[in-house]
Amino acid sequence: MNDVVIYAVISLSAIGIAAAVILFFIAKKFKVIEDPKIDIVEEVLPSANCGGCGFPGCRNFAEALVNKSNKDKNIEGLNCPVGGNKVMSKVAEILGLEAEEKEPMVAVLCCSGSKANAPKKVNYDGPATCVFVNNLYAGENGCPYGCLGLGDCVVACKFDAMYMDKETGLPVIIEEKCVACGACVEACPRNIIELRNVGKKSKRIFVSCINEEKGGVARKNCKVACIGCGKCFKVCKFDAITMKNNLAYIDYEKCKLCRKCVEECPTGAIHELNFPPKKPKPEKVMEKQKTETVSTEAKVVDNKPEKDLNTGG
Amino acid sequence: MKTFKLGGVHPAENKLSNNSPIQVLPIPKQVFIPVSQSLGAPSKPVVNKGDQVKVGQLIAKGEAFISSNIHSSVSGKVLKIDNITDQTDYPKQAIFINVEGDEWDENIDKSDKVKREITLSKDEIIRKIHEMGIVGLGGAAFPSHVKLMVPKGKKANLLIINGVECEPYLTSDYRLMLEKGEEILIGTTILMKGLGVNKAFIGIENNKPDAIKHLTDLAKDFEGIEVFSLKVKYPQGGEKQLIKALTNREVPSGKLPVEVGCVVNNVGTAFAVYEAVQKNKPLFERVVTVTGKSLKNPSNFLVRIGTHSSELVEKAGGLPDDTGKIISGGPMMGKALNMIDVPIVKGSSGVLLIEDSETERMAVKNCIRCANCISVCPMGLEPVLLAQYSEKEMFENAEKEHILDCMECGSCQYTCPSGRPLLDYIRLGKFKVGEIIRNRGKK
Amino acid sequence: MNLLTVSGSPHIHGDNSIKKIMYGVVFAMIPAILVSIYFFGLDAVKVLLISVIACMFFEWAIQKYLIKGPLTINDGSAMVTGILLAFNVPGNLPVWIIIIGAFVSIGIAKMSFGGLGKNPFNPALVGRVFLLISFPVQMTSWPKPNPLFAGKVLDAITGPTPLGNLKGELRGGRTVQDILEHGTKMIVDGKEVLYKIPDYVQELLGNMGGSLGEISAVALIIGAIYMLCRRIITWQIPVAYLGSVIVFTGILWLIDPNIYINPLFHLVTGGLMLGVFFMATDMVSTPMSPKGQLIFGLGCGVITVIIRVWGAYPEGVSFAILIMNAFAPLINKGFKPKRFGETLKI
Repeated sequence: MNDVVIYAVISLSAIGIAAAVILFFIAKKFKVIEDPKIDIVEEVLPSANCGGCGFPGCRNFAEALVNKSNKDKNIEGLNCPVGGNKVMSKVAEILGLEAEEKEPMVAVLCCSGSKANAPKKVNYDGPATCVFVNNLYAGENGCPYGCLGLGDCVVACKFDAMYMDKETGLPVIIEEKCVACGACVEACPRNIIELRNVGKKSKRIFVSCINEEKGGVARKNCKVACIGCGKCFKVCKFDAITMKNNLAYIDYEKCKLCRKCVEECPTGAIHELNFPPKKPKPEKVMEKQKTETVSTEAKVVDNKPEKDLNTGG
Repeated sequence: MKTFKLGGVHPAENKLSNNSPIQVLPIPKQVFIPVSQSLGAPSKPVVNKGDQVKVGQLIAKGEAFISSNIHSSVSGKVLKIDNITDQTDYPKQAIFINVEGDEWDENIDKSDKVKREITLSKDEIIRKIHEMGIVGLGGAAFPSHVKLMVPKGKKANLLIINGVECEPYLTSDYRLMLEKGEEILIGTTILMKGLGVNKAFIGIENNKPDAIKHLTDLAKDFEGIEVFSLKVKYPQGGEKQLIKALTNREVPSGKLPVEVGCVVNNVGTAFAVYEAVQKNKPLFERVVTVTGKSLKNPSNFLVRIGTHSSELVEKAGGLPDDTGKIISGGPMMGKALNMIDVPIVKGSSGVLLIEDSETERMAVKNCIRCANCISVCPMGLEPVLLAQYSEKEMFENAEKEHILDCMECGSCQYTCPSGRPLLDYIRLGKFKVGEIIRNRGKK
Repeated sequence: MNLLTVSGSPHIHGDNSIKKIMYGVVFAMIPAILVSIYFFGLDAVKVLLISVIACMFFEWAIQKYLIKGPLTINDGSAMVTGILLAFNVPGNLPVWIIIIGAFVSIGIAKMSFGGLGKNPFNPALVGRVFLLISFPVQMTSWPKPNPLFAGKVLDAITGPTPLGNLKGELRGGRTVQDILEHGTKMIVDGKEVLYKIPDYVQELLGNMGGSLGEISAVALIIGAIYMLCRRIITWQIPVAYLGSVIVFTGILWLIDPNIYINPLFHLVTGGLMLGVFFMATDMVSTPMSPKGQLIFGLGCGVITVIIRVWGAYPEGVSFAILIMNAFAPLINKGFKPKRFGETLKI
């Protein structure tokens, strides 16, 4: 009986020691030398793994940051949209570099084709994903540019910053939660969502339509489509509005938030966000606005999403 | 009885318009001719607003290698060149023509006399087919002259004429074979000459015995043309399946039929080639089946390109109240339209109205792994797996499982007992995989 | 006029549905049900009813109160599981054990994986094996078949299955010939009785001890032919399964007919026919490609024979199928269907 115990103890210990020795040498041989900064940088990052930076995860982004700073002594072009300036300045500090300021951005839905504005013309039967429907046909309301309302963007959002409004059939972006990671921009097959600057006090003016069809055709499908009349273009004093393919586009870098275009737009395609309610007398408002037109121009790196409106599958 | 081995289904045939002879549809008041009617690059309009055009006059030129010429189907005045919503449901450029009379181009031989002697040489035939804007009339609308130009290093030795018409409901090819049999055979001979082969097989499914008999009788007078009767099975009209059924040759995945020495053309194309080469007539009209269970008179019409589908339906007895779905093409591969007012193009083989009761898909249930989809897939793929990969966005895996081999015949979704939208997801996967491959090419 | 509908092609659907498949299986099991009622009388009716009702109840209750998802109770799959579970137990099984079996089948083997189509193992077999391991005594005391209208059989109520009897006696050192010819003396209820393995015709018809559904090979084959005609099952698994059993046992028999009994005996006794046609062909838990199905059948056959001949249990069909079920995903990965145009063929 005792023999058995002794043999068992001896043999097991021997196996254990042998395994430990082998493991030790293997660990030595296959050791991967990593820059310890990567770990430190990764800790600062939000670890949401959203992919907003263009890398598969925060770890990869941290590696890219450290590699670039080792190689080029800067981290230009790399940005964590989620953490924003706060995180990036911390990262820069760790890497011993100067931080650069970036203007905060937010996702904006450039379509107002709600159920009321663009009534349903056909039923759709099949899988509820925008990508598929976009390849199949123009959509239930017939607008070949408009929101399909099936919520690929909502699925793509990792920050709960979007939800589908059942009433309108359009996605809603919760500004407070949006970190401008760009996942929804990527997910939308029609490029309706755009990243725009947050602006002063979150005030924003934008054209909530990307329909390039002629006015009449666009209006047939949607009451609030941009018809490309060019009235806003004429009224804008800051050259912030460009007209292209029957469509107005407001450059947020140039826009001074004067709101003249909003009043001018005959279809209501130009939206204003987070402005105080209008006073009844227009003259007064105009005066007030003049005082308000403070330069919001900050140094903005060119990260405006390319407006590729070719939606045909 | 010949047929292809792998997979296949047999949907209810419903050839309602079998006994209705081809009628000439009255010329509409206005036509809308889209400039992209074939695969490949859109053609470039060569007329301007206000121009006077004749029937058969070139109005848009296909400049790229894979593109086709487009001719006016009516005589009259060009109203404008503007965007129109076509079959794809996206705005496409089209030429609007107001009809005035019916004045044909002088070069077109309008007589009914069948002309048998082929005077043109091989190259002249190909040039003529290119000039006259002939495209495949089976559905995909691939420019025919490109098909006849065999790539260097390959050799064609067999022409196959597709008279299968395996899609349920459609009868346009069947009627054409019955009524224009001789012309089709002459067209086949022309195609043989253009291709430089001395053998042609015509494959017809055996649910059209009179067409088989008619063509077999006529083919006795033609050298090198053989007519084969095929077992009814969908999708026998697919190029690769038809080649397999007739010759037992298997086109490798991702390759063209010419790899195994075959070139496939539709009977409609053969007829169009006859008219183009012998009668100098460009492709500006085609036979279209208008059908549907609740339609009053399902019929076959000879229609000018650019006519609104609604005029066809009107002529066939009007749009029934219980229409739930309008399909351009057949029920298996056709495209559902979101309105009736789309122009007929070269690739439209039919307008199918499906009633409300058959419109809705059955409720989607769990996959029970019955493997029906695998056993019916004519390409030997695993549709269930491909659909799952697409649904879970694992597109690289889908590519490894050869998702691009899928020809979207719809057999899998047709047979799925759980009513799963297999093909929808596979289509999505194909689109995404294509995107991935294109991006790879860029890098 | 209503709004038009737009969807991807195809725009028509065949008349295939889960309901049709499941009720097709139920229909195919009717001959076997009738045979079991003929031989076991009201006991069979009782077990069948309780099993089916319990299975359907558990499925309904779990979907309604636990998953809170759509109810699929009408699709017939729970009914199939219920009947198969009843087929796999002896006719004199106490009610509470059947209910436990139904709970394991539906609750653990099926619903916990996500319901129909998601279960990796055949639910009825999981239930049966669970019961066999948990209640070995009740699960192996087989009532003797007592045909209706044949009067009361007086000598015994329970008896062994041919397979069990054979295995036990072979262990005792007797030869196959001896067992078949002279039978076995057994003590049942204090009385000595002679048990003789029935001849093949009786075994084919089902006049032998065993679980409810497995006894009559003829009834099961009738059902299988119906399912083959309706294309509910494919030929690959049954053929590969039966073929490998015949070949394997045939080889053993040729080596030494004194220890190994002939293939015919293996075919008609035990749960082989039930397993081959109704459980190994279960769509959900078996491979999907024809090649994979052949491999699956082959594996089932080999494992069945190994367990029957050398294993601890006299019967190995349920274990064999469950073991191969576990391999199904691997087989699916390894044995793809042949693609069109994989190789150039001129």
